[in-house]
Formats: sequence, C-alpha cells, structure tokens
Amino acid sequence: MTDQVTAPINDWLKSEVGSNDVVLFMKGTPQFPQCGFSSTVVQVLDYLGVPFASHNVLESDELRSGIKDFSNWPTVPQLYVKGEFVGGCDIIREMFEAGELRDLFANKGVQVNAA
Amino acid sequence: MKVKNMGMMTDQMRGKLATALSPQSLDLVDESEKHRGHAGYRDGGESHFRLTVVSAVFEGLSRLERQRRINEVLAEELAGPVHALSIRALTPGEAA
Repeated sequence: MTDQVTAPINDWLKSEVGSNDVVLFMKGTPQFPQCGFSSTVVQVLDYLGVPFASHNVLESDELRSGIKDFSNWPTVPQLYVKGEFVGGCDIIREMFEAGELRDLFANKGVQVNAA
Repeated sequence: MKVKNMGMMTDQMRGKLATALSPQSLDLVDESEKHRGHAGYRDGGESHFRLTVVSAVFEGLSRLERQRRINEVLAEELAGPVHALSIRALTPGEAA
C-alpha cells in the first residue's frame, strides 16, 4: 500500500459536503448556469423546492479537478446529499422522472415541496 | 451547415464499449453540432455524445454503478477530448 498525498482541496470538499445537506458542484451559478447539464440539475432542485449550496467549478481549476478526484467521477455537475454523492445530470434527471429523487430527499430528511 | 466528421473517436468509443459490455444494443451519437458555440465545442465535432446502451452487465447495478462502469471504460476519452457524455444504461429487461 502506498501513501497517498491528500490534496488540501479534498479536506475542504469533505467538510463542504459534510456540513451542507445538499451541495451542487456546477458550471456557472444557479442564477446563471453556463452548461445545459448544470442548468438541468438546478431546475430539478428548484422544482422540488430544495435549498442547496452551490460551487462554480469554472472559478477554480483546483476545484474543477479536485471534485472529479474526490468522487472518482469525470464530469460536472455533481450533486451531494447529506455527504453522499448521488450523481450527475443523467442520474438526477432519471431519478426525478421516476419519482426516486423526491423519495431520496424525504428519506434523508431534506425538506421538499408538496408533491 | 453540416461539418464533415471522420468519426474516429466515435468508432473508438464504440469499440471499447462493445468489448467491455457485450451489449445487446449500443447507440452512440455525436451530438456536438447541437452544442455549437457552447463550452467544449470544437470544429470537427466528437466533443458531445449521447449513449444508450443495453447490456446484461447492468443487472443488479444502481444507476451510479452503471455509469461508473461506462466512465471506467471511456476514462481516457472523458479525461481528454470528450467534453460531455449523456448516458442511458439499461438492462435487457428494462429495454424490452
């Protein structure tokens, strides 16, 4: 087993997804998404009325590459709920359409709009 | 205007997916032209893809696990020239 160098960004990400119920890493901001996939996830969260923290990966190369290593997931957006990585745009959209996303929030104790 | 596209990346990705997943069906579409002017677009295409794949390999795997399988197979492409890949991964039962 080799010692792995842990980037400081990793510690920051850990505390960020640990201290916020719902965190979205995206391109752009919720008000001004700069990518269609990020925009889709924002729309789903808004529709469900879920408050979320967001981080714009376009503002930091360290964040942009750090988040991919953190989750071992090669793309952005990435959604975290209660510290757990849920997925990117395809997964969020599929879960939303299947009604699974609402259940996931409910099961994790995150407030959503009435159905 | 339709940009002529050699499709080498598309073929390479198809080949890797076919080998790794033994899919019942595999539909990989280069949608780059739809993203003209967006981040990651470049002339010649092959930057934005949509994949629908049906494979028994996905039996018993969550959505996340299925996508991870595909991401692993295409790790090289996703780390480089491929800017976006939209994935729909189904089992034969789900696709029927």
